[in-house]
Amino acid sequence: MTDVPVPAPSTSDPLPQAKRDLLPVLLPAILALLMLPLVGSFSSWVTLTVASLAMGMMIFIMASGLTLVFGLMDVLNFGHGAFIAVGAYVATLVLLPLAAMSGADSLLTNLAVLVPAVLTAMAVSGALGVVVERVLILPVYGQHLKQILMTTGGLIVAEQALYALWGPQIIPLPLPTSLRGSFIIGDIAIAKYRLLVMLVGLVVFVGIQLTLNRTKIGLLIRAGVENREMVEALGYHVKRLFLGVFMVGSALAGLGGVMWALYREQVHASMGNELTVLIFIVVIIGGLGSVGGCFIGALLVAMVANYGGFLVPKLALVSNILLMVAILMWRPRGLYAVTSR
Amino acid sequence: MMILSGDPPRSRVLSLLLIAIVVMLAITPFVFPGAKPLNVAAKICIFAALVASYDLLLGYTGTVSFAHTMFYGIGSYAVAIALYGMGPSWAAVATGIVIGLPLAALLALVIGLFSLRVEAIFFAMITLAVASAFLVLASQLSWLTGGEDGRSFSLPELLRPGTVFIKDFFGVRINGRILTYYIILVGCAGMILALLRVVNSPFGRVLQAVRENRFRAEALGYRTVFHLTYANVLAALVAAAAGVLNAMWLRYAGPDTSLSFSIMLDILLMVVIGGMGTIYGAIIGATIFILAQNYLQALMGAASTAAADAGLPLLPNLLHPDRWLLWLGLLFVASVYFFPTGIVGRLRGAPKAAE
Repeated sequence: MTDVPVPAPSTSDPLPQAKRDLLPVLLPAILALLMLPLVGSFSSWVTLTVASLAMGMMIFIMASGLTLVFGLMDVLNFGHGAFIAVGAYVATLVLLPLAAMSGADSLLTNLAVLVPAVLTAMAVSGALGVVVERVLILPVYGQHLKQILMTTGGLIVAEQALYALWGPQIIPLPLPTSLRGSFIIGDIAIAKYRLLVMLVGLVVFVGIQLTLNRTKIGLLIRAGVENREMVEALGYHVKRLFLGVFMVGSALAGLGGVMWALYREQVHASMGNELTVLIFIVVIIGGLGSVGGCFIGALLVAMVANYGGFLVPKLALVSNILLMVAILMWRPRGLYAVTSR
Repeated sequence: MMILSGDPPRSRVLSLLLIAIVVMLAITPFVFPGAKPLNVAAKICIFAALVASYDLLLGYTGTVSFAHTMFYGIGSYAVAIALYGMGPSWAAVATGIVIGLPLAALLALVIGLFSLRVEAIFFAMITLAVASAFLVLASQLSWLTGGEDGRSFSLPELLRPGTVFIKDFFGVRINGRILTYYIILVGCAGMILALLRVVNSPFGRVLQAVRENRFRAEALGYRTVFHLTYANVLAALVAAAAGVLNAMWLRYAGPDTSLSFSIMLDILLMVVIGGMGTIYGAIIGATIFILAQNYLQALMGAASTAAADAGLPLLPNLLHPDRWLLWLGLLFVASVYFFPTGIVGRLRGAPKAAE
């Protein structure tokens, strides 16, 4: 690829631009502001908001792979939760033997063990994604019913395999020392790990958006979704491209799994199952296949869970389902309906 | 053939298998003494009916619902709460049924009307979310449902083990427990025959048409959403009735026995392994699955110890009795892929493959 200068988007764009639908984007901000008087104290509001944003980012990272794979390949992976659990378990393989390093009181030493752990988790869950795509999903492209059955079967097998390999007990996974504690500004305390999580979530979100919208790979993927045969006729391997998408989606699930496990400081084989429901709700709220909708959906779910848990603890348990019903009443196909289906 | 709604098993092996299962279930109290075989047999009956009702959805309309245990749980809890609150009387049993079944039907109607117009995947995800919310509710409203502990209760006098009708009938004491078992057996057989009637009626044909090509069925003038919703309500009713029987057998209703996600997965496994779109598959699937659950584990335990003695790595873990679901999961995936019509479809050998 030669370096062709990309013309800057001018204001006199000849193509008619679709009208931007910004209301859903404002929704989290409106919700947060509305909660300020209800929560009462400013410092607890900040804490709750930061907690929601961090939780939302983690859910987004886990759900993005699912929505990406659905949006681009029309495959619904009911076994997505398995990648999350696998990522978390693989991270323990690196983090627990090197507990001395992650317990050391130096950021560099901590990162020296955390970064490899995360990368290994992503690599393994990504590789597992390739296997799953080849073995389970390749034979059932275009058949939703069978996809659901196959991937649900895959989830059962994966969960049982995790039990067989690691045993049924909950594995504690302590957070590295320098990520513990909070920054204190006035009477507001912001947990360090939550900030890190928010940063990673933003990077993932921007990364996906840029890749899809600004790179040649993204262009090919989007074209492959629109008209697969045409892209193949132009000499590109759509199959390989989709395999890559599936791998990235699984690796992201693995990343989310590690982050969630560190957040909860424990790993358990049923975590994949538990998170699957949450992720599905997020993906439905966002509009199946829409990465932006998934991002907003994740934030909303986390906010409702956190504010709701603070204000009406009893309601918090079913808050996400109520949110889903409310959103679907408003927009039956999710916040950002993907129009191609 | 009237009783089978003109839809005989159409395969000699399958007929023999079904007759064997039914006969075995009918004579279990007399040939296999002890509590465990009777428990296994009762569970097979209840799950056969539950799985058959799920097959009405999955096999005949092609909709994947993850909320089937919710209806099962509603039936269980309704009768349990009624018997717990009103004491062990027949009026309480009737109250449970009169409240539980319509409640399940109503909920199925609402879910159906709200979400059946969307695609299969969407419906699957929504039902999963609704069912998990229901599970949370059931385990949180402890004043009503007993929370995680569930509700234990006593049955009316007539159904108690202490009520002896015949002291010695071919060496077996005929008591209230055995009467309960036969009520379950007859009730479940009735429900399965009724479902067989439904799927072989004109209504059942429309469901199959919707499964094969929804757009075309709609173009022919069928209001597919209504047909799907009816099927959903019927399936929910049968599931709730099976839940009532289950609670009466266990004398207990709790989240783990009636609502949990793992029961949902069990149902899915039974339908697919037995054969989707064949009500008979439910009987075969439930029998195989529950026999495996109860007896395969012992076998696996022996194999696991043998592998551990031989010093093999990992294999003892994979063969551990608690990992039996791993092997059934593999069988499930293989069966979706290699023989999508399940055991019954294989035995029938007809190329009428359900998509």
